[in-house]
Amino acid sequence: MDQTENTNQKNNGGGEKHGRGRRPGDERFQMRISTKYEPLKSADGKPLSCSTETTLKPDQQLELYRYLKLTRLVEERLVNLYRQTKVVGGVFRSLGQEATAVGSAYALQPQDFITPLIRDLGAVLVKGIRPRDIFAQYMAKAGGPSGGKDLNIHFGDMEKGFIGPISHLGDMIPVMTGILLGARFKKKDFVGVAYIGDGGMSTGAFHEGLNFAAVQRLPLIVIAEHNHYAYSTPTSLQTAVHDLAEKAAGYGIPAHIVDGNDVVACYEVTKHAADYARRGGGAVLIEAKTYRRKGHAEHDDQRYVAAGEVEWWETHNDPIDRYERYLLECNLATKEQLEEIVAGVLREIDEDCAWAESSPLPEGQQAAYGVFDNDVVPPAFRPGVLEA
Amino acid sequence: MSTAVKKEHKSARPERGGQATLVEAIRQGIWEEMERDPDVFVIGEDVGAYGGAFKVTDGLIDEFGNERVVDTPISEGAIVGAACGAALMGMRPIAEFQFIDFISAGFDLLTNYAAKCRYRWGAGLPVVFRGPCGSGVRSGPFHSLNAESFFLNTAGLKIVEPSTAYDAKGLIKAAIRDPDPVLFFEHKKLYRLPRLREELPSDDYIVEIGKSRVARAGRDLSIITFGAMVLTALDAAEELEKEGLDVEVIDLRTLAPLDRPGILASVKKTSKAIVLHEASRTGGIGGEIAAILAEEAFEWLDAPVVRVASIDTPVPYSPPLEDYYLPQIKDVVDVARKLAAY
Repeated sequence: MDQTENTNQKNNGGGEKHGRGRRPGDERFQMRISTKYEPLKSADGKPLSCSTETTLKPDQQLELYRYLKLTRLVEERLVNLYRQTKVVGGVFRSLGQEATAVGSAYALQPQDFITPLIRDLGAVLVKGIRPRDIFAQYMAKAGGPSGGKDLNIHFGDMEKGFIGPISHLGDMIPVMTGILLGARFKKKDFVGVAYIGDGGMSTGAFHEGLNFAAVQRLPLIVIAEHNHYAYSTPTSLQTAVHDLAEKAAGYGIPAHIVDGNDVVACYEVTKHAADYARRGGGAVLIEAKTYRRKGHAEHDDQRYVAAGEVEWWETHNDPIDRYERYLLECNLATKEQLEEIVAGVLREIDEDCAWAESSPLPEGQQAAYGVFDNDVVPPAFRPGVLEA
Repeated sequence: MSTAVKKEHKSARPERGGQATLVEAIRQGIWEEMERDPDVFVIGEDVGAYGGAFKVTDGLIDEFGNERVVDTPISEGAIVGAACGAALMGMRPIAEFQFIDFISAGFDLLTNYAAKCRYRWGAGLPVVFRGPCGSGVRSGPFHSLNAESFFLNTAGLKIVEPSTAYDAKGLIKAAIRDPDPVLFFEHKKLYRLPRLREELPSDDYIVEIGKSRVARAGRDLSIITFGAMVLTALDAAEELEKEGLDVEVIDLRTLAPLDRPGILASVKKTSKAIVLHEASRTGGIGGEIAAILAEEAFEWLDAPVVRVASIDTPVPYSPPLEDYYLPQIKDVVDVARKLAAY
């Protein structure tokens, strides 16, 4: 987003929505927030669909659908495995917010990097990580990318441009900043997307990382998924800003607000931000408005959520329902075509899940390996005591 | 610290070898590694035009440009995280903490990201995290820390602290070439200490990480120590020699992974051991070393293993307070005499 291009002037001070405490007309208080892709209103009672303005080609639109379904169905299979006690840790869902991860990651080029959070499985799949790796990770199998040493999407694949997160929120923002700094050294041309949430934005690491990236004008795109809850804490107890996008002003970078449940809008806004970053504009913040329909993890009973809230989002604003409606209404796909895609996804999931289930658990002694390069420092075997 | 930055301001390329203090030795080592390997770069606060608070990076920006000498905001988390990210991209960052006390602000990314990346998904991070540590220079609670104990219980971080100019250069080079994260602690009291000025070889040498050295050979008692306390131990040994006690001083040089064979070889020879360190006594590395000796050298011991360390307080500012806080030569001598009586 260039300074003028696409910046919605209605946000310049004094607006009811963004104007708290700002003096109208004072340029210093102008916020560079684009609201072109803001959530659609459904005042006329018509069910929500998706943005019709798009550069996506027909085959890409079907592929997007495939990734949305793949994400949701992989997670549903994980829940089944969890209930069968085959998953030894927790299962974290992105139910209801899949469009943000899928649409944004789909807008990237193969050489670009992402560092997702736990609710961005869709982005990981779009980046080319196979469901079998995800199943094996959750089931702590030797065949998983971390060999049973870490959980879920906590791994990485430098070839595919995927840097897995750690549990400490915010930490991946400075790490991605460093990836981009390293890329600048190595004369590699790519952008980096770091995902964060309304909770993670409260961390010091988020601030330090984004501030440094902004100072260095690195092509970092931060996607802030505003899903209303951080574990049980609502956004109102997390931050005093109304829109997370307002925080961009503190870093001197532009921001976008996007309907996080509109996969087409998520694609377009990310493409726009990536183009801006690629051209040398520097860091960008995208706030995606969405909603977390499940608890923090499968064990969470969501007692802190108002009655009817989850159900409203489920019936009125499900990202996959919306996209299906869009594809069908715009005659971009037939019902049969979509069913065929789902059948293909289920076949892939069956195959990959079977593969992961057949992978053995790691040998216990493997725990000792890989703290350091074992060619230099021997593995940390349990020492013998009072021997010899 | 008013006396710390005296005269030795040289922005020009350091000589390769020659007479050098400890700080100059580290600067030589970093400079030579940056010349040798284009992937090595420096990142930290005020490391560029200013040359770092202690001038370790002085002149680097003129030689290598601001691409390879990156000044950062006051953000230790960003420094650590960005160094890790750059290392993932194949770089070899040297990240500076202006004072090692500020390492606490980067603790999360150090212990959770840097330390665990290889273990979690095989991504070894060749990063050096370095900075001035240590007390005895009247700098108070926030510029005097010895931080090793914070990290000894975190698998995945190597910890190095040299006590001679020769070792400082050899170890910083080894740390830069190491495939894993290395915390490199530089005792600020030693930086420009004339006593440590020595002739360095002009060839490209390294000192292997993980190996202690015998700073002084002896038969009667081992003092196991590192950093500035090596000098305290050597001074105590000299005094004890007058009383006929032949003291061995082991300079650990690397604190993680510890050189167990080196420690055990010395104690099996002398049968008595003092563990001496500058950090507070409780939870310090001395306890770990004493435990190793209890488990693996019990039958060789003729006396209890004794720790001599700082008291369990923050590092106080006023000279009489700090002197009371720190182990003094006399404290070591007194303990040695008691052990000799066994």
